[in-house]
Amino acid sequence: MSKLLVENKDIAVPGEVLAEGMDNLPGPGTYRDGEKIRASGLGLVQIEGRAIKLINLSGKYIPKNGDTIIGKVEDITFSGWRIETNSAYSAMLSMKDATSDYIARGADLTQYYNLGDYVVCKIVNVTSQKLVDVSMKGPGLRGLKGGRVFSVNTHKVPRIIGKQGSMIGMIKNATDCRIIVGQNGWVWIDGEPDKELLAIKTIKKIEEESHLSGLTEQIKSFLEKETGKKIEEARGNYNGL
Amino acid sequence: MVYKKRIDDRGFEETRKIEAKVGVIPRADGSAYFKIGDTWAYAAVYGPRNLYPRFLQNPKKGILRCNYNMMPFSGSGERVRPGGSRRSKEISLVTEKALIPVLNLDEYPNSVVDVFIEFPQTNAGSRCAGICAASMALADAGLEMKDLVAAISVGRVDDKLLVDLDYAEEAYEDVPVADIPVAVLPNSDKISLLQMDGEISKDELKKLLELAKKTCKDIYEIQKKALKAKYVKEKVE
Repeated sequence: MSKLLVENKDIAVPGEVLAEGMDNLPGPGTYRDGEKIRASGLGLVQIEGRAIKLINLSGKYIPKNGDTIIGKVEDITFSGWRIETNSAYSAMLSMKDATSDYIARGADLTQYYNLGDYVVCKIVNVTSQKLVDVSMKGPGLRGLKGGRVFSVNTHKVPRIIGKQGSMIGMIKNATDCRIIVGQNGWVWIDGEPDKELLAIKTIKKIEEESHLSGLTEQIKSFLEKETGKKIEEARGNYNGL
Repeated sequence: MVYKKRIDDRGFEETRKIEAKVGVIPRADGSAYFKIGDTWAYAAVYGPRNLYPRFLQNPKKGILRCNYNMMPFSGSGERVRPGGSRRSKEISLVTEKALIPVLNLDEYPNSVVDVFIEFPQTNAGSRCAGICAASMALADAGLEMKDLVAAISVGRVDDKLLVDLDYAEEAYEDVPVADIPVAVLPNSDKISLLQMDGEISKDELKKLLELAKKTCKDIYEIQKKALKAKYVKEKVE
């Protein structure tokens, strides 16, 4: 007889039996071992119909096609820039994907992006060998001037952004900071020093309490208390930039 | 029949007190400690991260690199000479071999996962404690693993079969002693580390391996509990 041994949102550890029998299907993060479905990692159980999935809670960023990330220029080559991505792999930004300007052969590429500069870019290709290509062509993709960058758990990024950017929009309204959250877990922030600190504190709070429901409300009252002003819920289309 | 009772009054098949915790080093990608009696192992996992020198890279999958280190003040009595030694190199290697069967690093070609295992104090059984800590830290680092790895040393002093020998037992004089560290994948009962120091009969060895598997199941429960303790707050909703 088939049996489900876990509930939705349980924590599973590697090798833990999630279900017995053939009625359930192993989804991502799980594997079948004879009659049993086991977890192949540490994560949050999600049951979708007959399939059992495991959602990662920790771990480093893996570059994925289509992600908008914040990168740091770590090297300048003949044909473009090498970008650090907060993962095991660096990305290549080629000259033609960086700007539509005409760049003469042998021109000084540091005029565009210098070593140590941060850029918002989009991953356009990832090969099986994890060679990553990024592009600067797209709305909001640009080099970042000033501000500071700090890192958060990459698996909490969706929570920090919120539905249609409601969470991050609210922090922006409350602190008047410019904030960009990259899918790779790097967050760029620029504003008044004390407001910046408040924004960082708020984002760290979201990261820590990302499991709570009604988090948006909580963060709203937290921000209202800290700033002493009424905060409008952000709406509109925020696309992470 | 000289050895009638264990030196520290434990039962023959009883381990020392075990304490395990996950997430003890915030800067690491995954971390854990595993304390068994006076043997304390701290493991920190970094990575997957890029790997140099380049000839070490494997274009098919990521590699695992373990580093076992006893701190200078960690031995009982004599100062341990700091830095690597023939012994620490061997243990790093067997730790790696004990952990690699559960890990799937196919998603991380050309990269490395570094595991650092440090011992602030030891009293025998350190490679087993190290493996237990490292397997929890790897799980904490969010890597794909089909199982955890639990490890324990078993052995004999005279005619008694023992679980989790401490240093006094390991170094017992005048009677035959054997010390056998074993690492087990608790869900499949497979063995990923088996070493021995001393002498033992075939029958005794078989019995000891069964004992080791049984003990490793108990250790697995402790590891599981420790891992869940860090993350269980995620469930509150």
